[in-house]
Amino acid sequence: MSEYRYIGRKRRTKEDPRFVSGRGRYVADVALPGMKHVALVASPHASARIVAIDAKPALAMPGVLAVVTGEEFCAGTDSLATGVDAPRLTRFALAKDVVRYAGEWVAAVVADTRALAEDAAERVEVEYEPLPHVIDAERAMAAGAPLVHPAHGSNVILHKRFVWGPVDEAFAKAQHKLAFRATWGRSATVPIETFGVAAQWNAGTEILDVWASIQMPKYPDQVARALRLPGNAVRVHYDVDVGGSYGVKRGLKHTVLVGYLARKLGHPVRFIEDRLENMRGGDMQGPDRFFDMQVAFDSDGTLRAWKIRAVDDVGAYAGRAPFQLGKPITAICGPYRIPAVEYDATSVLTNKTPQEAVRGFGQSPTNFAMERCVDRVADFLTMDRIELRRKNLIRKEQFPYTIPSGSTYDSGDYHAVLDKALAAIDYPALVRARDEARKRGKLAGIGISTCLEPSGGNSAFEVLLNPKNETTTWMDSCLVRVDLAGSVTGVMNTSSSGQGHESLVSTVIGEVLERDPSSVRVVRADSLQALPSNSPVGSRMAIMLGGAAAGAAKRIRETLVAIAAHNFECAPEDLEYRGGDVALKGAPDRKLTWDQLVEIAHRKFHRMPPDVEPGLQAKFVWEVPTGGALPDAQGRVQIYPCYSFEAHLVYVEIDPDTGKPSLGRYVCGHDCGVMINPDIVHGMTCGGIAHGIGAALYEKFSYTEDGQLAAGTFMDYLLPSAMEVPPLAIVDHCTPSPLTTFGQKGSGEAGYLGAPAAIASAVNDALAPLRAAIDTLPMSHLAIWKAIDAARHPERSEGSPMARS
Amino acid sequence: MKSAPFEYARAASLDEACALLAKHGDSAKLIAGGQSLVPMMAMRLVRPALLVDINEIAALKFVKVEKDGARTGACARQCAVERDDALAARVPLLRQALAWVGHVQTRNRGTLGGSVAHADPAAELPLVARVLGAKMILRSAKGARTLDAGKFFAGPMSTSMQPDECLEAIHWPAWGEGRTGSAFTEIAIRHGDFAIVAAAAQVALDPGGRCTRAGLGLGGVGGTPLAFPEIASRLVGAKLDDEAIDGAASDAAKESDPGSDLHATKEYRRHLARVLAARALREARDRAMAA
Amino acid sequence: MSERLYAIEVEVNGARRAAEVPVRMSLVDWLRDELRLTGTHVGCEHGICGACSVMLDGEPVRSCLMYAVQANGHRVTTVEGLAKPDGSMSALQDAFCETHGLQCGYCTSGMLIAAQALLDANPDPTGEQIRDAIGGNLCRCTGYQQIVEAVELAARRVRAK
Repeated sequence: MSEYRYIGRKRRTKEDPRFVSGRGRYVADVALPGMKHVALVASPHASARIVAIDAKPALAMPGVLAVVTGEEFCAGTDSLATGVDAPRLTRFALAKDVVRYAGEWVAAVVADTRALAEDAAERVEVEYEPLPHVIDAERAMAAGAPLVHPAHGSNVILHKRFVWGPVDEAFAKAQHKLAFRATWGRSATVPIETFGVAAQWNAGTEILDVWASIQMPKYPDQVARALRLPGNAVRVHYDVDVGGSYGVKRGLKHTVLVGYLARKLGHPVRFIEDRLENMRGGDMQGPDRFFDMQVAFDSDGTLRAWKIRAVDDVGAYAGRAPFQLGKPITAICGPYRIPAVEYDATSVLTNKTPQEAVRGFGQSPTNFAMERCVDRVADFLTMDRIELRRKNLIRKEQFPYTIPSGSTYDSGDYHAVLDKALAAIDYPALVRARDEARKRGKLAGIGISTCLEPSGGNSAFEVLLNPKNETTTWMDSCLVRVDLAGSVTGVMNTSSSGQGHESLVSTVIGEVLERDPSSVRVVRADSLQALPSNSPVGSRMAIMLGGAAAGAAKRIRETLVAIAAHNFECAPEDLEYRGGDVALKGAPDRKLTWDQLVEIAHRKFHRMPPDVEPGLQAKFVWEVPTGGALPDAQGRVQIYPCYSFEAHLVYVEIDPDTGKPSLGRYVCGHDCGVMINPDIVHGMTCGGIAHGIGAALYEKFSYTEDGQLAAGTFMDYLLPSAMEVPPLAIVDHCTPSPLTTFGQKGSGEAGYLGAPAAIASAVNDALAPLRAAIDTLPMSHLAIWKAIDAARHPERSEGSPMARS
Repeated sequence: MKSAPFEYARAASLDEACALLAKHGDSAKLIAGGQSLVPMMAMRLVRPALLVDINEIAALKFVKVEKDGARTGACARQCAVERDDALAARVPLLRQALAWVGHVQTRNRGTLGGSVAHADPAAELPLVARVLGAKMILRSAKGARTLDAGKFFAGPMSTSMQPDECLEAIHWPAWGEGRTGSAFTEIAIRHGDFAIVAAAAQVALDPGGRCTRAGLGLGGVGGTPLAFPEIASRLVGAKLDDEAIDGAASDAAKESDPGSDLHATKEYRRHLARVLAARALREARDRAMAA
Repeated sequence: MSERLYAIEVEVNGARRAAEVPVRMSLVDWLRDELRLTGTHVGCEHGICGACSVMLDGEPVRSCLMYAVQANGHRVTTVEGLAKPDGSMSALQDAFCETHGLQCGYCTSGMLIAAQALLDANPDPTGEQIRDAIGGNLCRCTGYQQIVEAVELAARRVRAK
């Protein structure tokens, strides 16, 4: 039971009522008078020179206002920024001179309706001269590979190697070593709502108004810069409901394009990606990565060191996506006491659709690789996978625990969470059930993963990976005001995509002011009014927005006490704040009520203490806890501040004759410190697990040899339905963070960070009796069957299935 | 994904639909449930000049259970067919197959005729039609003709219908034999997805447990749904033990000609063909034994 | 060719709506853009995600796979039509709020349509039947867990009345 009045207790969210009654307001619901619509002309080639574009047939079509090509667009706007040190990489919404991936946008058609724009887009004639292309990271790194951006000189846009601790020594001294490759297939979180943006240029006020399905930091700034407008000429309306994002909705190129069109044409313009544009040309695919893992360990199971070489295929352009190789440094030894780690990270360009930030920002693929490693060590030693983990997990007495790369894990009790999960699933019974199923001829397995969810969003990895970009500010903010009627409003400064931020803020403000959260209204400032925010990324909002809301509410509360102290002519320590009223300690009827205090603040300046502003409002802007430091010479730095933990257990049966997997019992033990709203946390954790099931078994942006996206619709990119996701049970544990206002840690990426690892563990446990293994995601029906078939007919396969997959 | 422009005509009768087809031929397309056609129009893969809507023709929506089988109008909704207990008793393979077809929403709108005429070689209803030897009643302005399923399906997404013909009804033959059992099974990646491979089987047994009649078909392993009447006839007279069933399944898989795509190689499909054919035969036999 | 128009009359959420619609306009686009019933959403436009689900003559269908002209003479119910006559939430809508069976809300209208149709036909569904009924509605936020709980809760509450 929660020790708080509101925090941690079951509470309906503020957001749900409008959505269940169909009253959400998404960007496609924003209708501006005279609005025009956009459709894109996309490249059919993975790599080609644009020889000529003839827009005349399109311009002749009914309802068409304009056709804009890269020639005009790239002259009229500035390139989007690349986060890594690759200054010769330019990136625009429309291709100029060359196209670098199949689906890249070549021209934009603006018409009275979307249908008319599509009609005209078909009539734009583009002549291409195909060029050599490359769609494999290793081939792209090899000498002689076609260069995606010749000006950069190679296809490698990032390569960093770090050695933390005595790695070589540990490998020399260890009793055993293992090496293998784990591969994370290209997938993403693919929200049901595609990206959309509407923009309107007001020539009178010289402001560009923007409504978008957006989830990213520094959005208005980057839009303004690319459009060559002053920063205060772009007004982003953060009160647009976003239909899911989970990282990917960073449609900068879409926004610059639509902003440009709106200014050029003098009409409001709206572009809603259709699903085909979204999948191929929206630039929202995810990590596409292999890990060459090496681990050094002893016969008793002690993990001595590991070397992780991560190579990621970022696609044809790069924004922040390569940093998804850097964030996992914050938890580069997982939840284990590994004293020495080497990490070698490479980001490679190919002629594929560019990646974007995906939930966890690279942590889930890394957790998957680390957990495969741990399972393989267990297999090698014929040691129980759970016992091996127990042995190596950081122990609760060891917190705060500093890992070799410099981050300190704030708090945790991994063994307790694991025990809770084991008890909840009745592990011994599950083992018996598995063994019974095996006797009946089934392939059956239990999967286990123990993984971290780093939270708080201190993106110090940016400086680590690109020292030229010296930046350490990761802040968030909240404004709280109490109006003349005594009602409370909290103002947040960014958009939301289902995380329940209005509920978060109102609950926190209610807790601090001891007022019913139902009475607290939460609104969003637009970007011209907003205090600084880094947006919901990196599982940071419960910590940062929650902390900012609490900080602002605390200032209000202190002001109320100060007003009362002045009026009672006493010290603040002599007073007691209760539910908004302030009374003398020991004399409870000598009090000023909330309403009286509000009235003094707003109307009775003669009764105000000196040096206190009239009215009742407070802002709070703060830096992420433990933030503000640059990496040291060895590349060590604190990255994320708070560490949530998850222990997954899942049962799988595989039909040995068809390779079809079927998930059974699923329990996730979860510790994210103090939960502000348990239903919100559980919901996101279940959603994360479903994302993880997709990544593990179903989802892949597959490419053909000639660089075409083969999985470009929902017929081939397979999202799990309620029939593929089993009932999920979440078991809670709480080790509060010492760094945050209420002990809360982040949980926006929960479930996704441990589920793929757990499911891979289960499938491999099921295949273990056949001595077959799979280290590549997704584990499709075909891949599972191939592994079974190869194990049953070893004479047919090339080499042992265990060596690599 | 907005459709390319088209003209629209809502046919009030089959005669009217046929007249429009006669007039416009290739440039007209019939729309029934639209569950397969509209996605293709949204992706602009199909762009008829005229869409002839036959959803409002009441005379095409019937379900008639008769002594020798059942007749369904081309626009009988999949959900209505699924719910019809008398039909399920007479032609059990239909309900068994429909359990695998799409989702509630697609079955509420999709029609039997539409699915059959769409002729996806991996689709469930065309496979049932092929295995049972269903008869398609086709109508045009010139008259009517009946085509056996074996002649109806011409290739992937392609039938022998002329551009001026409309499917009016399907006759699904029932077996008169006493102890009859049928089964439908498939492997799809997600629930409701297109089948990678599907198998349908129907057997009849004599009181001694020997097979007196058999039907076996596979979907997703050729340009059309495949039936194996010769392999099935070799089961007649035998007890349907594992050896007989596995033999038949293996023969059927050898005769199939699957392709490779994103989700399955041809080797995998051929393997599934063998496994699923055997499963369908086994399940059909078990049901016949219990009948 | 400018857009060919066709006159239709459709009963939408109990009200008779007459209009001239472009022939190629999908039912979901007509509901959203012309009738401004923006509670129904577009997710894929090729009949897989279910965000566009509405009831046609009381049964859930994908409104992205119908043209508005095809709805002529029929009854359509959207999420805006699920509330009680007095405007308050239905038992199902309220249950979704109770179990927090949604997050971003984008798939929610489709889920409500599918779930309401299930409860109309089957007041006591099993978990498996609920999952089957919403099997054609994709959600990326919730993992379906709290959605299934909402439908179970609504079923219990309605049965208890």
